[in-house]
Amino acid sequence: MSPESLLLWALCLPLAGALGVSLCGRWPNVREAVTIITTLSTFSCVLGILQFVLAGQVVELEVVEVLAGLPIAFRLEPLGMLYALVASGLWIPTAVYGIGYMRGHGEQNQTRFFACFALAIFAALGIAFAGNLLTLFLFYELLTFSTYPLVTHYGNDEARKAGRVYLGNLIFTSVAFLLLAVVTTWWMTGTLDFRPGGILAGKAEGPMVAVLLGLFAFGAGKAALMPFHRWLPAAMVAPTPVSALLHAVAIVKAGVFTVLKVVVYIFGIDFLTEQGASLWLMYAAAFTLLSASVIALTKTNLKARLAYSTISQLAYIVLGAALATTAGVTGAALHIPMHAMGKITLFFCAGAIYVATHKKDIREMDGIGRRMPFTMGAFLVGSLSIIGLPPMGGAWSKWFLAMGAAEAHMPIFIGVLMLSSLLSIGYLMPIVARAFFCKAADAEPEAASGDATESHPEKPGFWGAVNEAPALCVIPLCATALGTVALFFCVPFFKGLLDLMVLR
Amino acid sequence: MSEHLSALIVVLPLLAAPVCLLLRQTRMVRAWTSIVAWACLCMALTLLERVHTGGVITYAMGGWDPPLGIEYRLDALNAYLLVIVTAIASVVFPSGVILTDTSLPEGKAHLYFAALLLCLAGLLGITSTGDLFNVFVFVEITSLSSYTLISLGKNRQALTAAFSYLVMGTIGGTFLLVGIGFLYQVTGTLNMNDLALRLPELLGSRTILAGFAFLMVGGSIKLAVFPLHQWLPNAYTHAPAAVSAFIAATATKVSYYLLARIIFTVFGAAFVFDALHLHWLLMPLAIAAMFAGSLAAVFQTDLKRLLAYSSIAQIGYMTLGLCMASETGLTGGIVHLFNHALMKGGLFLAVACVVMRTGSSSVNAISGLGRKMPLTMAAIVVGGLSLIGVPGTAGFISKWYLVVGALERGWYAVSVLILLSSLIAVVYVWRLVETAFFGVPEHEVCEVPWTSWLPTWILIGATLVFGIWTDVTVGGASAAARALLGVTP
Repeated sequence: MSPESLLLWALCLPLAGALGVSLCGRWPNVREAVTIITTLSTFSCVLGILQFVLAGQVVELEVVEVLAGLPIAFRLEPLGMLYALVASGLWIPTAVYGIGYMRGHGEQNQTRFFACFALAIFAALGIAFAGNLLTLFLFYELLTFSTYPLVTHYGNDEARKAGRVYLGNLIFTSVAFLLLAVVTTWWMTGTLDFRPGGILAGKAEGPMVAVLLGLFAFGAGKAALMPFHRWLPAAMVAPTPVSALLHAVAIVKAGVFTVLKVVVYIFGIDFLTEQGASLWLMYAAAFTLLSASVIALTKTNLKARLAYSTISQLAYIVLGAALATTAGVTGAALHIPMHAMGKITLFFCAGAIYVATHKKDIREMDGIGRRMPFTMGAFLVGSLSIIGLPPMGGAWSKWFLAMGAAEAHMPIFIGVLMLSSLLSIGYLMPIVARAFFCKAADAEPEAASGDATESHPEKPGFWGAVNEAPALCVIPLCATALGTVALFFCVPFFKGLLDLMVLR
Repeated sequence: MSEHLSALIVVLPLLAAPVCLLLRQTRMVRAWTSIVAWACLCMALTLLERVHTGGVITYAMGGWDPPLGIEYRLDALNAYLLVIVTAIASVVFPSGVILTDTSLPEGKAHLYFAALLLCLAGLLGITSTGDLFNVFVFVEITSLSSYTLISLGKNRQALTAAFSYLVMGTIGGTFLLVGIGFLYQVTGTLNMNDLALRLPELLGSRTILAGFAFLMVGGSIKLAVFPLHQWLPNAYTHAPAAVSAFIAATATKVSYYLLARIIFTVFGAAFVFDALHLHWLLMPLAIAAMFAGSLAAVFQTDLKRLLAYSSIAQIGYMTLGLCMASETGLTGGIVHLFNHALMKGGLFLAVACVVMRTGSSSVNAISGLGRKMPLTMAAIVVGGLSLIGVPGTAGFISKWYLVVGALERGWYAVSVLILLSSLIAVVYVWRLVETAFFGVPEHEVCEVPWTSWLPTWILIGATLVFGIWTDVTVGGASAAARALLGVTP
């Protein structure tokens, strides 16, 4: 198949999947089969395109001209390829996990849930493939609206309020800042195409560049740069699979991907360095990075802690983009898959703990490691990746980010990165330590797990204490935990892909 | 025959109205009005196509040559308007909700349809004619028929709403007439093109200035420019929902056309904007309308009133495009005219569907209807997204042009204000979404029949289509903008 048609397939399959899921709502097994088939086929399409991109081919496709000289167009380059791989690849374990979680919980409205999920992946892939800012913006907003029903899934007052914060933040930033930035770029340059070396050089200068960069950086509200980060913790009322895929992978990465893409292909890193326009963004990102880590330390709700950790990790990527050096951009791009794999593991674990024990608070999780050894083992591995220790993938992205800071002659940010790593040890390790080394406060082994899990009280020894979440939950989280290790060894491949990126 | 088309499009609905009285049977009358509307749509499309290929079409009524006789003159702008008006009519008239929410006595429906046709004829007349006095005549035909239509609302408040509209409408009409009189007194002509030729030498005259002021105020009342909008919310709220759909989508658009025609064709942009600096008056009013209208919409408890206040805000956007007086700005204003007609028409029809099932148009009426009436509620959501200006919907296209137009003029603050005010739309649209999908159902209802949801979805679907494929809408609007500015392509 030609790369263009593969690209269209990769886009249309999730859309068709969403339709299929809504049509098969009456037969849950068929519906779930549709979801799984869609995830697998979408991922294989993305893999199919990968070989063309690796061969150095630029895949371009123009769909329809919306405004004069402004088409909806797709243009696949290494950065987008990377994001597409992450979004479509991690959709597979999440779909499996989601089925296990939703069934384990006996949730309502599962059809809507899976249909919106597929729609969100459609939007994420559209963002990854976007060939100009208009297309990116279109899919960016589609992603916001398609995930709203997921965030407010429970339909109660809490969900409704969280939905308001979610939509309020994302729509406000995208309309007031991002759209303004897009229109201004169009007005100044007469094009919105992503071009190597950027399109703004020679068209804008002075403080205008810094202002425009600010509009883009804060406009991509999904990147959760402070002070527009509140939506992320608020969105944690969603069912955990949503938090896992969308708030660790698709949505937040759409934000930082936008920032990265704009820095590389709209501003151009040389132009940014020359203008010195991104200096303030480095400090803004560093501030978010550290303060979110500190806030994470104070949170006792597991998902809230992970949410603030995500905010902090996203700021790494913004920082890498703002450094505007080759190593910085590489590190930022690498951090997309590395953080995604690590954080999705952590969210899966949080969800598995909730399914098995209905516990959300970290203080209640003493001694839970004995009961759920696989889950907590995976949690340990994921945490190590987030902290950035080898042999987990997270080590590499931090390495490149630190190199980027050195390249930009900004040693202070190396210090910031290291400090943040220490803070992440502080907010992640106690969870693992308490799970394995503390005794459970309530002596009774079985909590309010109900029919979701099976208990085997009569068996003695190691297996006797084990009372895990359903297999459909545990297997994906073990897989992604192994994935973080695999990513450590896969770095030459990602580096090779990113080296194809034309920065200048 | 075909050279008479530009007259026929007005004459047909005008003559078809009395025929309703002969047909009498509701079903036959409904079919007849629909057929007339469709025929007008076909004529409008033919005319638009002809204008785009062959340039301006002029038609001397009764064979009397202008400027003595009445001239019908179609350029890219009014041909475009004709298509909007007839398209809305041909969707709304056959719709199943056309009689919903009315207080017609048994067996009197034919009068209602006659009024609808008269209103259509008036709107088409204002749009096609090139003669100022003829404009006034058609303005009165439109107004009188719409007073009738509004007073047919179900509640007794409809009568007071119609009456206050009558008072305001008459004042507006009188202002127009006085303005026309002043111009005639000085120039001795009523033909717009002839006026445009004679006026430049006379522009210093106080009579002309006073005439211009009267025309502007009269037109602004008809258009409901902030702060002359007071009649609009009541009229739209208490009129039958389908009438609101038709009038909201067409009447203000035609008034907008009239203002644009007077400013750009009769007086010329140089006089109005360079000498009189009208934009420094209109622009603050437009911005105030954008914010006041949207903010007022947030606090409404009635769906129709909410949409009416939103209309005031949208009229603000269109007026803003008008005062940019550039090709981009005018294109934005005119394309918003088209897009807003689609979305507001669709939204009012959706409200009519709600009224049809629940008997009420309060916001609480749609509580929990997301499951009961999924098609209607989805229409409200999509129409609302288009009002916000989400990309992929028609509303985005018009906002895009307006923002670019503001940047081109160097009005940076205005471009930010356009975006900020559209954020207020998020609030009132999201109130509806939350009520429909999170609320507890108050009524045991089912989805409306296809005759009702299909017209709604034709308009709402069109907002989606024209959010992506803009050749027709933007192409037509920019041709119209060029025609207004006198730029030859």
